[in-house]
Amino acid sequence: MAINHHLSDKILMAHAAGNLPEAFALVAASHLSFCDDCRARLGAFEAIGGAMLDRCEGAALAADSLEATLARIDAGPTTRIRPQPRPRGALPAPLADYVGGDLASVRWRPIGMGVRQAVICSGDGASARLLHIASGRAVPDHGHRGLEMTLVLQGAFRDETARFGPGDIEIADASTEHTPVAEPGADCICLAATDAPLRFNAFLPRIAQSFLRI
Amino acid sequence: MMMFRASGSEFPDACIGMVAYVLSAPAKIRVQEGLGVVEDASPDDWTSALLQVRDGRDRDAFARLFRHFAPRIKAFLRRGGMGDAQAEDCVQDVMATLWNKAHLYDPTRATVATWIFTIARNRRIDMLRRVRPEPEDLPWGPEPEPDQADAFALRQEAQRLGEAIAQLPDAQRSLIERAFFGEVSHSEIAAETGLPLGTIKSRIRLALDRLRQRLN
Repeated sequence: MAINHHLSDKILMAHAAGNLPEAFALVAASHLSFCDDCRARLGAFEAIGGAMLDRCEGAALAADSLEATLARIDAGPTTRIRPQPRPRGALPAPLADYVGGDLASVRWRPIGMGVRQAVICSGDGASARLLHIASGRAVPDHGHRGLEMTLVLQGAFRDETARFGPGDIEIADASTEHTPVAEPGADCICLAATDAPLRFNAFLPRIAQSFLRI
Repeated sequence: MMMFRASGSEFPDACIGMVAYVLSAPAKIRVQEGLGVVEDASPDDWTSALLQVRDGRDRDAFARLFRHFAPRIKAFLRRGGMGDAQAEDCVQDVMATLWNKAHLYDPTRATVATWIFTIARNRRIDMLRRVRPEPEDLPWGPEPEPDQADAFALRQEAQRLGEAIAQLPDAQRSLIERAFFGEVSHSEIAAETGLPLGTIKSRIRLALDRLRQRLN
């Protein structure tokens, strides 16, 4: 997969620090599943975390902390062992875990204008959704109050800035006003996370927005 | 002390130079007032301690790792806003995980400190919310011994990174520290660290490429 648009340093650093809301962490983890370059950059930021931990002033432990830990070890592993995520078709493993299968198991809801969506997760003031945009159709012209991260899973879209294909990630913020258009050919499927409602510039989508949860 | 395992004839010359370097570096011992002799261990020592835990289930090696890292993990969790009792529970859990997952440690991709940091970070997220999206894991093992020269080079890069952090102006270092200790939100994190991350990134990228090659 030829990836041209990557996670930003700021996002990677927040991810390395464990500071991203779940919805953004899901988009980041999905991109990282495709992209060894971002994995390596993440590793570099995690190395800062390691150095910070190594150099920091320690806090006082309980008097029997080591003994209690050895007793835990003797009792055997208690933390749940995660099932190893497996690649399942078009969806990267972390996303497949949320969806509970591949694209076929997604329950889409039409939101008009050739666009369907499925909300995947929300919490910490941010939400992530899958968007299915019919080829050649546009997501209405919109701006952002907060951060929006969009990962292309299938097909491609273009906006005023560039073309985004499978594995590419677009990071938009309050300064971005754009009209993404799905390229002709395969329908475009994206995973998008936002931490504030989108601002649509036309009257009709603004009304639609209130009951479509976008 | 590092252990280089020669496999057949492919024992790169570079390794020999590194062994000489490691052997020439004296183990640093300092005496802290009232605390007796405290080992000021280097990343090499932590790696060998973790390998002793992994291969020999060595409790003394584990205790050395515990004495260094457990109080620091606790500081990390407390500064992120966790209460004392929960942080203590989490520290013990993280250190038990280190014991249970020692076989998964890959010294060509992370130092021991970095690996422990990621375990503690993940555990903190798990305590705050139910689901933690994780990138597709690269299958690890049954692998031959990870390349010792690569592991050594990564530790060297990490050491340089540590030195660069030490040389940052106080205000900047404190900003980065607060970001990693969870004291600021993601939107407040500054993108520019002023740290030379290119070389350590290249090292990790190389390790990932080699892993992919072995898998294919």
